[in-house]
Amino acid sequence: MLGYFLRRVLAAIPVMLVVALFVFLLLRLSPGDPAAIIAGDMASPEQLAAIRESLGLNQPLYRQFFVWIWQLLQGDFSTSLMAHTPVLNMIGQRLEPTLSLALVSIVFTILISVPLGVLAAWKHGSWIDNLVMSTSVLGFSIPVFVIGYVLITVFALELKWLPVQGFRSISDGLGPFAQRIVLPALTLSSVYVALVARMTRASMLEVLGEDYIRTARAKGLAEGHVLFRHALRNAMIPILTVIGTGFALMISGVVVTESVFNIPGLGRLIVDAVLARDYPVIQGMILLTSGVYVVINLLIDLSYAISDPRIRY
Amino acid sequence: MSKPVSLSLPAPRRRLISLPRLPLTSAIALVVLVLIIGMAIFAPWVANHDPVALAPAFRLKPASAEFWLGTDAYGRDLFSRIVYGARISLTVGVGVTVMSILIGLPLGLMAGYFQGLDALLMRVMDGLMAIPGILLAIAIVSLSSAGIWTVMIAIMVPEIPQVVRLVRARVLSTREEPYVEAAVLMGTSTLKILTRHLMPNTLAPLIVQGTYICASAILTEAILSFLGAGIGTEIPTWGNIISEGRVYFQLKPSLVLWAGLALSLCILSINLLGDAARDALDPRMKKRGAA
Repeated sequence: MLGYFLRRVLAAIPVMLVVALFVFLLLRLSPGDPAAIIAGDMASPEQLAAIRESLGLNQPLYRQFFVWIWQLLQGDFSTSLMAHTPVLNMIGQRLEPTLSLALVSIVFTILISVPLGVLAAWKHGSWIDNLVMSTSVLGFSIPVFVIGYVLITVFALELKWLPVQGFRSISDGLGPFAQRIVLPALTLSSVYVALVARMTRASMLEVLGEDYIRTARAKGLAEGHVLFRHALRNAMIPILTVIGTGFALMISGVVVTESVFNIPGLGRLIVDAVLARDYPVIQGMILLTSGVYVVINLLIDLSYAISDPRIRY
Repeated sequence: MSKPVSLSLPAPRRRLISLPRLPLTSAIALVVLVLIIGMAIFAPWVANHDPVALAPAFRLKPASAEFWLGTDAYGRDLFSRIVYGARISLTVGVGVTVMSILIGLPLGLMAGYFQGLDALLMRVMDGLMAIPGILLAIAIVSLSSAGIWTVMIAIMVPEIPQVVRLVRARVLSTREEPYVEAAVLMGTSTLKILTRHLMPNTLAPLIVQGTYICASAILTEAILSFLGAGIGTEIPTWGNIISEGRVYFQLKPSLVLWAGLALSLCILSINLLGDAARDALDPRMKKRGAA
């Protein structure tokens, strides 16, 4: 198990190197002067020259790459052009709203989608299945911002149950926090629920067609036991995988949801950075989210061993 | 022994999609999509106003016989703008799908067949997949001018690994089939094995994946426009209409909701047709459907 863990961690290194190479090449290969892009529109010629110097733009490309990687490894993610503070500090300040939103959304997602998916697969072809599937297609097809605006219209503007926008830290008390996180979290989980419910259903259908399920039913086990102990456990791997790969979907959802609900998190940070062409922040955000994606999928790989005893390393 | 068993069976009829059994939802989805495509192609005849002409005198007018869905904050006819917006969405959807398959299919075939290349290529794809697509797209757009080509390339790049992985997985499972081994032993050229023996097996899942890529590309284009990182605001796109309308959302929700409805219907019908194609093309799904 430890050997497997180490192998998987080592395998994540080339992935992150490819990410870094891509982010690096994106700036270097884009039309225009990288120094001018980094410096923004307001830079003086002296600033441009200083940036050229620090990027080592007069050196060969591979040397520039390794110098940059070395700076990253030392925690130097460069400085924001908008705020003139280190990128890592800016990310740290915006972390809490996004983490709260993401965690609440994942809890909503699992609570809603896994039971729905199991139910749809169990009653395959019935009206329940059709309802779950068509709702999930809806969740997949209606853009997150449309869902967000509809939720705001109904629950904030018409019914006046919840505030329209904004964010309160959980340290301000659970009530204010919960009031403001419910609508964004529902919005964000809409697409995720659709994805996970579909995958749960598909994976369960696959497993329910297996011989050992017929055997379990034939020997008279209770249907709930068959569904959750025999089927769901074996169907977990694709479900876990989609929760992991769906992280990318969640990022796009976070970016949009934070814009709709005016939440000062990482999603707003990257949108503001793009509008201001604050390239160091964009770069740092891509590296950070990709790193989180790699780590999440690493953890999910390792959790396979728990959900499926047949996998042993 | 009783009488001999007749071995003549009726020839199996091969039909890819049995049209008479097309489910109602798929039929409706097809009609909606055809309407949207028609609307896009014949936009100059469908739209009853110039979609970009500014008319401050007619700001934020309600729906009427003259302006079917009302006007936006610049006095432009919302219905005509939505009609023209369909052109951008469909162009982006189809363009991204075609481009990502044209690039991803050969890469996936080669990755599945040549093991040396596989290791390298899949590491690159893993890295590309680790970057959240929307961030990659935003970054690409932010670096260059926001034309339709930039936006299409920005949306396409994150889709390529999906195609490569799908094709590769299919090739890996079919390359061990006896008929492929036979072809290798017969000295069939590698190119022919790839294109004639392996590629046809990838087409069914690719068609299904293609519909999802198309839907996702249309959605991503709208998100980019909504965030202000999409095609320039002078061009009417559904995302741009929603982005401009959100300022007046509390005053006039229809500015956001009509374009949102068009966008949702378009993506929904493509997804539904993708599901129908998957059910029709995947024999295992069909068998279960009958059970």
